[in-house]
Amino acid sequence: MKVVFKLFASLTDYLPPERKGNIVALEVDAGTTVLALMTRYQVPEKCAHLVLVNGVFIPPSARATHALTEGDELAIWPPVAGG
Amino acid sequence: MGWARKILRVNLTEGTCASEPLNMQWADEYLGSRGLATKYLVEETDPKVDPLSPDNKMIMSTGPLTGTMASTGGRYTVVTKGPLTGAIACSNSGGFFGAELKFAGWDMIIFEGKSPKPVYLFVENDRAELRDAANLWGKSCWETEETIKRQHQDPQIRISSIGRAGENQVLFACVVNDLHRAAGRSGVGAVMGSKNLKAVALRGTKGTSGIKDFKAFMQASNEAKKVLADNAVTGEGLPKYGTQVLMNVINEIGALPTRNHRDVKFEDASKISAEQMHEKRATDGKPQLVTNAACFGCTIACGRISEIDKTHFSVVNSPKYWGASGGLEYEAAWALGAANGVGDIEALQYANLLCNEHGMDPISFGATVGAVMEMYEMGVLTEEQIGTAAPFGSAEALVQLVEMTANGEGFGKEIGEGSRRLCTKYGHPELSMSVKGQEFPAYDARGIQGIGLAYATSNRGACHLRGYTVASEVMGIPVKTDPLVTEGKPALVKAFQDATAIFDSAGICVFTSFAWTLADVQPQLAAACEGDWSMEKLETVGERIWNMERQYNLAAGLTRKDDDLPPRLKTEAAKVGPAKGLVNGLDTMLPEYYQLRGWTPDGVPSSETLNRLGL
Repeated sequence: MKVVFKLFASLTDYLPPERKGNIVALEVDAGTTVLALMTRYQVPEKCAHLVLVNGVFIPPSARATHALTEGDELAIWPPVAGG
Repeated sequence: MGWARKILRVNLTEGTCASEPLNMQWADEYLGSRGLATKYLVEETDPKVDPLSPDNKMIMSTGPLTGTMASTGGRYTVVTKGPLTGAIACSNSGGFFGAELKFAGWDMIIFEGKSPKPVYLFVENDRAELRDAANLWGKSCWETEETIKRQHQDPQIRISSIGRAGENQVLFACVVNDLHRAAGRSGVGAVMGSKNLKAVALRGTKGTSGIKDFKAFMQASNEAKKVLADNAVTGEGLPKYGTQVLMNVINEIGALPTRNHRDVKFEDASKISAEQMHEKRATDGKPQLVTNAACFGCTIACGRISEIDKTHFSVVNSPKYWGASGGLEYEAAWALGAANGVGDIEALQYANLLCNEHGMDPISFGATVGAVMEMYEMGVLTEEQIGTAAPFGSAEALVQLVEMTANGEGFGKEIGEGSRRLCTKYGHPELSMSVKGQEFPAYDARGIQGIGLAYATSNRGACHLRGYTVASEVMGIPVKTDPLVTEGKPALVKAFQDATAIFDSAGICVFTSFAWTLADVQPQLAAACEGDWSMEKLETVGERIWNMERQYNLAAGLTRKDDDLPPRLKTEAAKVGPAKGLVNGLDTMLPEYYQLRGWTPDGVPSSETLNRLGL
């Protein structure tokens, strides 16, 4: 299935070379979890502060079980803030 | 240095400068800066005063931690009655001006009356005098700083000034210090302009003194600095990416107000983001971002210093803008960009530079342009009226309108009235995205419910810095809450509002609160200031300041109906994103908020509340 993977700020470098900006389109197996995708691209868990699927926050406790579905957009930030 | 215990009172009508002791009882009750200056304003002025009349006063005030070794201890606040809102205005700025005022030996300056001719105030330690500013009137903030430093042959003078916007009494004119830091909101620059006060120039060489317990203070401030350094947000995220990192975050959660809040996601958000500022440009191979920057005493250094693309149409014939300068910060990038559907980051930087140069709040300016563009697309305003075609997304229109507004030319004069007056004039008051007449900052209240309540109840009109629930609702600071629900938000808003009043009144930056709680501030205040500065007292003082501001607004004529959001946010649901189908639940949250505050159902502090807070 197709999903969109987005890494921002200091995590951008973990995206594969074919990235367009902060985004890469991926073909993944059905049932792939948030944590599995993070692990595949070696995104350090301690740096994955804000993890969103389709804009909705996924708490750390749910990342190992939250399975992505067709068309999902997974976006991750390190600890950031502004105002 | 704790308090300097000395106030400078400047009567512009009489042309006099006088020293008087700080009211230490009030300092004990209202701490400093925002709180203490507001107390003076409340005691000395009629809340119904015309903000632009000589009877209004303007106060520049430091806090007890301003000028000390406390991290970010360089803040000062401009307090007055705001012309944009008719409410209390207190605009806070960093840079180096606030610390210099303390080094000169003053806690605050109270300006009263109106000078018969343009003047600037020069303060050198104990000496203060008004000087002729005929040669400065008409100059930009940048030219004013340069000219005053040259006149005094002293490059270390610190200056706050108004540009043409303040002189022309643009209702969102700001007071700019250190070239690109600003007391930005509510039109405090217009008040300064109404008094014929062009600038305040400071030279202080007295250094730091007056700390109650130096050893304890150094220990407390060092421990607090370690908290900032060890925190991933204040130690890494903000220095590297600045506030602009939020552009993609807020867009992703579907809360980036776009095209005057018609939409909640902007298709070009990535093109105007922090990440984009790091990308090398195709034209010159350089990124827009040059470096980060810190204000006085700051160990975070979130500020952005950038270089605009010299080949961009806005500056190709204007070399004076080619050097490194301040920006882009998130709020400005949003207001000039997404709010108008403009995805040209170089155009945003140009508009931002002009706001700094001429002293305009880019939030209110940009948001007002958003309303203009919507009325243009509706056919309410025409190209002939505006002086340019102004569809959403037009970088050319943005550039033209910022120049017209800064120079007070043509339709720019109408933009300078702010969105509420402009939209009302053209028959569409509902298109002003504002509360109490002040334009929203960069968060859509449908996708972040709590911030809607914070906007509606902010004493200075729509503002994110009076109760930044976004920290909790989006970033999880101090704890993650669900941005899409209203439950628990009244208590969250109240807690943020009261705590922020302490950060502001202490003289430190509210960005420390991404890592600090009041428990990190308390030991610093307790070591610096005489008296009891326990956690319990700080909590009471914060709540007291909030209620004092509320009382001022009520006396000025504001009522419960002013604690409201534009109908768009309450009736037009978000079209996409997590908030799809949602409107803001203000009407659910507001009664509970009033109850938690100890206010009547009409939003009036009860006598019990006032007695409890000593008001």
